[in-house]
Amino acid sequence: MRITADREVCCSAGQCALIAPDLFDQSDEDGSVVLLDAQPDTGRLDVLREVVSRCPTGAIRVEEDPGV
Amino acid sequence: MVDAPHPPVPMPTKRSRPFNPPDGYAPLREQERITRMTYPDGTPGWLILRHAEAKELLTHKSFSARQEGLVSPVPTELQYDGRPADPGAFAKTDDPSHSQYRKLVTGFFTVRRTRQLAPMIERIVHEQLDDLEKAGPGADLVDVFTESVPSRVMCEMIGIPESERKTLQRHVETLGRLSCSVPEALGAVSGMNGFLARFIPIRMDDPRDDLLGDLIRGGQLDEQELMGMAATLINGAFDTTGNMLAMGVFTLLEHPDQLAKLREDQELMGAAVEELLRFLTISHLGASRWALEDVEFAGQSIKKGEVLTVALPAVNRDPERYDNPDQLDIGRTDHGHLALGHGVHQCLGQHLARTILRVGYEALFDRFPTLRLAVPSDEVPMRDDFVHYGPRSLPVTWDD
Repeated sequence: MRITADREVCCSAGQCALIAPDLFDQSDEDGSVVLLDAQPDTGRLDVLREVVSRCPTGAIRVEEDPGV
Repeated sequence: MVDAPHPPVPMPTKRSRPFNPPDGYAPLREQERITRMTYPDGTPGWLILRHAEAKELLTHKSFSARQEGLVSPVPTELQYDGRPADPGAFAKTDDPSHSQYRKLVTGFFTVRRTRQLAPMIERIVHEQLDDLEKAGPGADLVDVFTESVPSRVMCEMIGIPESERKTLQRHVETLGRLSCSVPEALGAVSGMNGFLARFIPIRMDDPRDDLLGDLIRGGQLDEQELMGMAATLINGAFDTTGNMLAMGVFTLLEHPDQLAKLREDQELMGAAVEELLRFLTISHLGASRWALEDVEFAGQSIKKGEVLTVALPAVNRDPERYDNPDQLDIGRTDHGHLALGHGVHQCLGQHLARTILRVGYEALFDRFPTLRLAVPSDEVPMRDDFVHYGPRSLPVTWDD
């Protein structure tokens, strides 16, 4: 499982940092997404699905099977 | 979808209970994916009552939030008249201008930064609760507590002197009242702008260690833009969280089983705040967008210029999205409500609001464990006629 976060697309709404503060933070400058852990335990999949569903701009993607 | 579409309807606004959205939404939501609507000025448009369509609209590139194409979904003398938003007033603009302005302040409103403000918020909350105690049983919680806390927090953040706060609050309230006449609105706008026109140049010469000082030192905004940004933050913060704070207290007092659960386990507070945001959705006039081009949306042909309004209270009670949507359940784990909008315009101050609500509810019910309404609940006057819904006053009592 691999997470990607696109800072260009991010609108700094902070849903990811609210739902999964161990995986995501926000930059102090403009609040844009900071990925803390790109390859978390697969047990976090449900939380990540919620992050993806609630991200207002689709900046967060989760590859469930990145094939690595 | 039904075979024969119904004729266009006005936006329903009549509520039979203060905690439920207007009664007219549910039957319309069952009929079609989106509902043909007529705006009070005759503009044709659409009402969005379903969660999935609301999310799609608020992220769709063919629809604009620019003020020049918007109309009010309910009757009011306050119309946009096709004017663009003031410089810096980013809420009613599109990207890239919107995000250029917004990004200058988003660093102040992150999850982490707003949580760090908890001690300042706690101080303000307890000072207002001291006032409540002094006022004694029968006091109006709106007047003494819920209205003051968010505006004091925002003034401290922006760097606006406390002496100006109540006057600014009156201007915000005037502009949020749908029955406001044009002369009243002009008075409020000139009051607000008059203050900012005096205040901003003073701070430009002497920037302090606050949000406004940060914007000034950044040097990217001129005086007009600083005024527009400050007015947007004041308008966005004063009225919204105050109504949510008051409405949440009213709701918990009227749902004693839920309040008891919360008292037993304060760990539930975060989830309770989300559930109250979903259940109450105080932005009851919703979020509007207009079509930049002819476009197919939700199975309908939308014409360029047509306006679409998301009835946020209705989408947050969509049975397609939530189990038992009309039940307040602070243990609910499936949130994802749209009370704070969606897409790039999602509420800038949402995490600050969450912190204020959490700290506010916690401290109030801690200090006044026997808090209850001082009047029958159906005698609580409601703000049906304001942009943000909530109790106009909330008389409360407690055992000394």
